[in-house]
Amino acid sequence: MELFNIFIKSAFIDNMVLAYFLGMCSYLAVSKTVNTAFGLGLAVIFVLGITMPINWVINEYLLGENGLFQTDLTFLRFILFIAVIASMVQLVEMIIEKVSPALYNSLGIFLPLITVNCAILGGSLFMVSREYNFGESVAFGLGGGFGWFLAIIAIAAIREKIKYSNVPPALRGLGMAFILTGLMGIAFMALMGIDPAVYTGTK
Amino acid sequence: MAETLVQDVEKKGTFEFGKKERKLLTDPLNENNPITVQVLGICSALAVTTLVFPSVVMAIAVVFVCAFANLFTSLLRNAIPKQVRMIVQLVIIASLVTIVELVLKAFNYEVYKQLSVFIGLIITNCIVMGRLEAFAMANKPWQSFLDGVGNGLGYGAILIGVALIREIFGKGTLFAGSPIQMNLIGANNVSTQYWINTAAESGIGTFFSWYSNNNLMVLPAAAMFIIGIMIWWQRSKYPQLVDVS
Repeated sequence: MELFNIFIKSAFIDNMVLAYFLGMCSYLAVSKTVNTAFGLGLAVIFVLGITMPINWVINEYLLGENGLFQTDLTFLRFILFIAVIASMVQLVEMIIEKVSPALYNSLGIFLPLITVNCAILGGSLFMVSREYNFGESVAFGLGGGFGWFLAIIAIAAIREKIKYSNVPPALRGLGMAFILTGLMGIAFMALMGIDPAVYTGTK
Repeated sequence: MAETLVQDVEKKGTFEFGKKERKLLTDPLNENNPITVQVLGICSALAVTTLVFPSVVMAIAVVFVCAFANLFTSLLRNAIPKQVRMIVQLVIIASLVTIVELVLKAFNYEVYKQLSVFIGLIITNCIVMGRLEAFAMANKPWQSFLDGVGNGLGYGAILIGVALIREIFGKGTLFAGSPIQMNLIGANNVSTQYWINTAAESGIGTFFSWYSNNNLMVLPAAAMFIIGIMIWWQRSKYPQLVDVS
């Protein structure tokens, strides 16, 4: 139940895109059509769900004071985290290419993009600063990825429709996407302050 | 490999600063701005812009990382194999960001706490990565260095601009947290109240005592609106920037 709370909280209340502005670059660049947004969203859920527990293990058993080297190596955190993410993305790319070439072709360009998606590294850093344990970090990774997925699908659908509206020329495209994201952020704010633990009876 | 490195340094010759170099510095400030035109580096930027002082720190950090990552990548550009270039670039960036983090932690712990994970997120800031890919991998070190400084400044300009609007209207202060903190407007916080009272006693008047802080400006969404409006303004001034799609 605790894990379910974290999942709900990271997906809706602390949404990566709409509350923390993480993963904004690919969110704005790849949200022109729903199809591509869907593929990228799935890939982000997957990568976030994998890298989060791996980074947790590294942070706890390699870099921590009670880890393998018995010394505080946390200053190496950035380099190791980003190396894990880069290699995981590479690995995911290779696996998808072998298992399902069709999916690989539809995702193709967007997979390497995930390496520099701030939501992935940001998720790992949030995990460290919030001191999650292993199970919580898995739930947080999946929940954060799911929230990102929902946000990019929503903006892509809106942008597909708004093409037919009479927007001032200078505001078309990027400017409108910014303002829409702001409005969506305010809408998501309605969920702020809700504590899932109260409703599931764990508190 | 080492020979090409030395040759590069020799070919570079003097650090000339002509028209082309000046363009590298000033272009990103407006017509090729990393945020409003290239759409890079929005990720780590927006959440820190509620106050001006952390934004200034963030801007300095990005200028530093961007400039030196460009410089080192450009020096190594002939030695990096194409297949692993992403990881090499990320390692360069991550080391520089670690330096920034440790320096900030040592000198200003308050701001370090405030920026929290966002310093680390400079690693995945698309500006740094994007400039390495687009410029440093194909240009000489000195030009790459200038390009890095220019793009860092272009990013910083937007960041500080947004922060100015958000802090003045959202909190009624300016440079809060820094040695030159000022309370400008608003009757909500105690120190401002004191300032207004003393101003009234000394006869300056209470021009802004009616103002209560605009909480919308503190929300992250406000940053999106402000940047959206900046883009609107910039594109109506420079119609060639409008994208047709």
